[in-house]
Amino acid sequence: MSHPYLSNDPADIRRKLLDAIGISSVNEAFSDIPKQVRLAKSTSLPKPGSEVEVRREVERILSNNVTSKDALSFLGGGVWGHHVPAAVDTLAGRGEFLTSYTPYQPEISQGMLQSLFEYQSMMAELLEVDVVNSSMYDWASALGEAARMSARITHRNEFIVPHFLSPERLAVLKSYANPIGIRIKEVHQSLHTGQISLEALKEEVSSQTAGLYTENPAYLGHLVHNVEALAEIAHDVGSLFIVGVDPTSLGVLNPPGRYDADIVVGEGQPLGNYVNYGGPLLGIFACRNDPQLIRQMPGRLVGMTTTKDGGEQGYCMVLQTREQHIRREKATSNICTNHALCALRAAIYMALMGGGGFRRLGEHLFSITQYATQQLSRVDGVRTPVFSGCHFKDFTVNFDRTGKKGVEVSKRLLERGIMGGQPLERDFPELGDTFLYAVTEIHTQGDVDALCEALKEIVEA
Amino acid sequence: MTGFRQARWNEPSIFKVGRTKSHGVCSPFSSEDQKMGVDALTRLIPKNLLRRDEPNLPALSEVDVVRHFTRLSQANFGVDNGAYPLGSCTMKYSPKVNDAIANSDKVHWIHPHQDESTVQGALEIMYKLSQWFSEITGMNGFTLQPSAGAHGEYTGALIMRAYHRERGDLERRREIIVPDSAHGTNLASASMVGFHVVVVPSNEKGCVDMDALESAVSERTAGLMLTNPNTLGIFEENILEISRIIHDVGGLLYYDGANLNAIMGKARPGDMGFDIVHLNLHKTFSTPHGGGGPGAGPVGVVEALEGFLPVPTVGRDGEHFYLNYDHPQTIGRVGGFYGNFEVLVKAFTYVLSMGGDGLSRVAELSVLNANYLARKISEIKGFSLPYGSGILRKHECVISCSKLKMDTSVTAKDVAKRLLDFGVHAPTMYFPLIVEEALMLEPTETESLEELDRYASIFAQISREAYEDPTIVLNAPHNTSVGALDEVKASHPRTFCLSWRMRKKQQERKP
Ligand SMILES: Cc1ncc(COP(=O)(O)O)c(C=O)c1O
Repeated sequence: MSHPYLSNDPADIRRKLLDAIGISSVNEAFSDIPKQVRLAKSTSLPKPGSEVEVRREVERILSNNVTSKDALSFLGGGVWGHHVPAAVDTLAGRGEFLTSYTPYQPEISQGMLQSLFEYQSMMAELLEVDVVNSSMYDWASALGEAARMSARITHRNEFIVPHFLSPERLAVLKSYANPIGIRIKEVHQSLHTGQISLEALKEEVSSQTAGLYTENPAYLGHLVHNVEALAEIAHDVGSLFIVGVDPTSLGVLNPPGRYDADIVVGEGQPLGNYVNYGGPLLGIFACRNDPQLIRQMPGRLVGMTTTKDGGEQGYCMVLQTREQHIRREKATSNICTNHALCALRAAIYMALMGGGGFRRLGEHLFSITQYATQQLSRVDGVRTPVFSGCHFKDFTVNFDRTGKKGVEVSKRLLERGIMGGQPLERDFPELGDTFLYAVTEIHTQGDVDALCEALKEIVEA
Repeated sequence: MTGFRQARWNEPSIFKVGRTKSHGVCSPFSSEDQKMGVDALTRLIPKNLLRRDEPNLPALSEVDVVRHFTRLSQANFGVDNGAYPLGSCTMKYSPKVNDAIANSDKVHWIHPHQDESTVQGALEIMYKLSQWFSEITGMNGFTLQPSAGAHGEYTGALIMRAYHRERGDLERRREIIVPDSAHGTNLASASMVGFHVVVVPSNEKGCVDMDALESAVSERTAGLMLTNPNTLGIFEENILEISRIIHDVGGLLYYDGANLNAIMGKARPGDMGFDIVHLNLHKTFSTPHGGGGPGAGPVGVVEALEGFLPVPTVGRDGEHFYLNYDHPQTIGRVGGFYGNFEVLVKAFTYVLSMGGDGLSRVAELSVLNANYLARKISEIKGFSLPYGSGILRKHECVISCSKLKMDTSVTAKDVAKRLLDFGVHAPTMYFPLIVEEALMLEPTETESLEELDRYASIFAQISREAYEDPTIVLNAPHNTSVGALDEVKASHPRTFCLSWRMRKKQQERKP
């Protein structure tokens, strides 16, 4: 039987093709492959399955996953479960978008191009930075590219990051930076406030500094209070200032464009994208409107133009002389396939939310986070958050004074259908037995209360 | 012969749609949660960090948003709309059952930091997929972490670097060799990792010139990156000799898997001597390309290089699947987590649907379709099939329009634009660089004979038009949402506009 995806599989059609090509059997079409390496028949691959069989099998395997819909989850730390409006799924699922390639032929791809331009435009408004590319793979690779871009622009090779940085993000940063000799230097943060000491930072920066990176909110959920001063210190030594953001905070928090960020990176996944076990995500990459910066940007950019006769407005990919298909080994980056559909989802999300929606979402996220830390700190011996001050979504929970090990607590929580935070002790032993928890708008006060109850029972048992 | 008319909504910018003050889904949480008894934000958050005004986003109702993006989708073109023989991109049909399965809570709502016991399904899929990829390519182990082909190349180049470094040889091994027909990402990836790129020419058959290769290799060679079949759609018949030459000087052989579709189940890169392989799941394994991504670019390696893979991979211990960090010489990480899991689920479903047998039939039909189309189109006046005359192609072919251009001044780009008028997508233009006026066609195995005939007959019509009165071709496209766009103006330093903010500022500056 011929396979439903293979239009020309039936024997009579194959015959027609063979005759037209002028060969007698399909094997002739592979006779240029050296005999020694021609494959007889592969055995350990599965047999073909019908749609019914395949669906049953994959869904059987997937049923072994416990999701945050099956159990209450308090995991965050760089990807977070946020509400995804139904309209996002409906629109981004349309075949015209979903099954198109990168819009190399702009006249027939205006839909995707305009959507990506609108993604760039709305993200630019959130960040208050003029130039946003149409996506990187994730926050981590965007950070890596930002370090490289800083080095190209400043001709320097040192990149300074805060000590309390996501270990995954740091590892990716190193993969992008180390091979071309960019050194990553960590700057100390106070164990009480999480803030970078300006005095210490001034000692670290120098005429070798290509970029100073900060995140706001920081990886552990606290706010970085002195962003203006950080920008000034970076700029005083001729370095670039790079800021990492979670866009869901930007309805409330000052956008990085307002405190002199040169490059902005971040994770766009919370905008209309699912957690998906960590992929695909949406790397945000933006920079100031400065030709020197724009020329060094990685990734695709969509621009507005007109038809040749000037009569109509339209969109196409622009400034491609930065890119690998034209500049080859001298390109600003090798990125080709990116995460355009995730950017489209983010665009739809931003359009649905509007400025007011972002303001209310941000307020809510701050409130539920404060509620969570207030309630949890009532549990005997639990210290949260470890750093002082107000937190956003992510917050640290320390178990040192509970008389229980944090991993033990997590195990007990899981037995009660609750997925607690992720352990930080391996990467940050100085924080003691600390875990990173997170809440978003998908959590209710009741969910937080349930976590408190469970923790109380476990810790006080 | 064309009834195609793409929607022409002249859809305004999202900033110009709808009223100014109404809200869509701006309150996704219950209102009573607002009174949580916490301090007012203005007291909690330092003043300098507070945003004064709401972000300047459009204020739309949900209806406005849905209509806007539905209209935009109608001004877009995917494989679901029609033939899309974009060479090197393998735009095959994306089976709907893959999407249906991936669009489930069991995929969407699992977090990368969950306890292993709660993600056994995800790990099983990743484990099995890695095994199947090893089987298909003849590699020993796979990482699923890279997000795209180029990301896989980067990973592979890092592995080459780490391998030579471990042997104390990196100081010397600074060069990566690529043929002149290579995709731009190969050169860019190698150079991003700090290697110098050495380009070797192709011979008249379109394959690597062996003399040139012999003189290019030395103890400075870190490796060779090769696409096989190459971007002309021709199988590198000297592959075993190439492999010997590279390995004799201590280099590694890298396989760009963009063209694996042509030989799946017929031959394996591992058996040809390749040490590192990347796959493009958004090409060979049918996952939809999403208007530019996300895809996935898993990387496989031979046994000697397994220790260098990024962490974690997925291991199995009896019935239990786990994240395996035991790669002693690991290059670290190239992506935040474990790869584009949602895409992996689609590829997994695809392999199960096709089975081993189906995958070899994919290769067969992709090759038959490409040769059928190559033959039909190269017989049309003005078009030719340069390089390797008389040699069968694999899954794609590169047609040259240089005779057409000489005779009529109609270029490859003009032909491409005119094709759009018929409701089909154009081939890849001007790639590979070694073919003049190139149109690179890859019909894939999912296109029917009737559609191939139609595609060829459109070429025939365009040829007639070009020779009789080329005006209609030169002014194409006519039936798309917009006519020919001014791409020069779009990138000009004085006129480029990358966001609505920039546009407003540009307009304010104008008197
Ligand atoms: C031959 C070849 N190599 C590499 C790539 C890069 O792959 P990706 O776009 O997935 O990064 C492509 C596709 O664009 C290609 O055609």
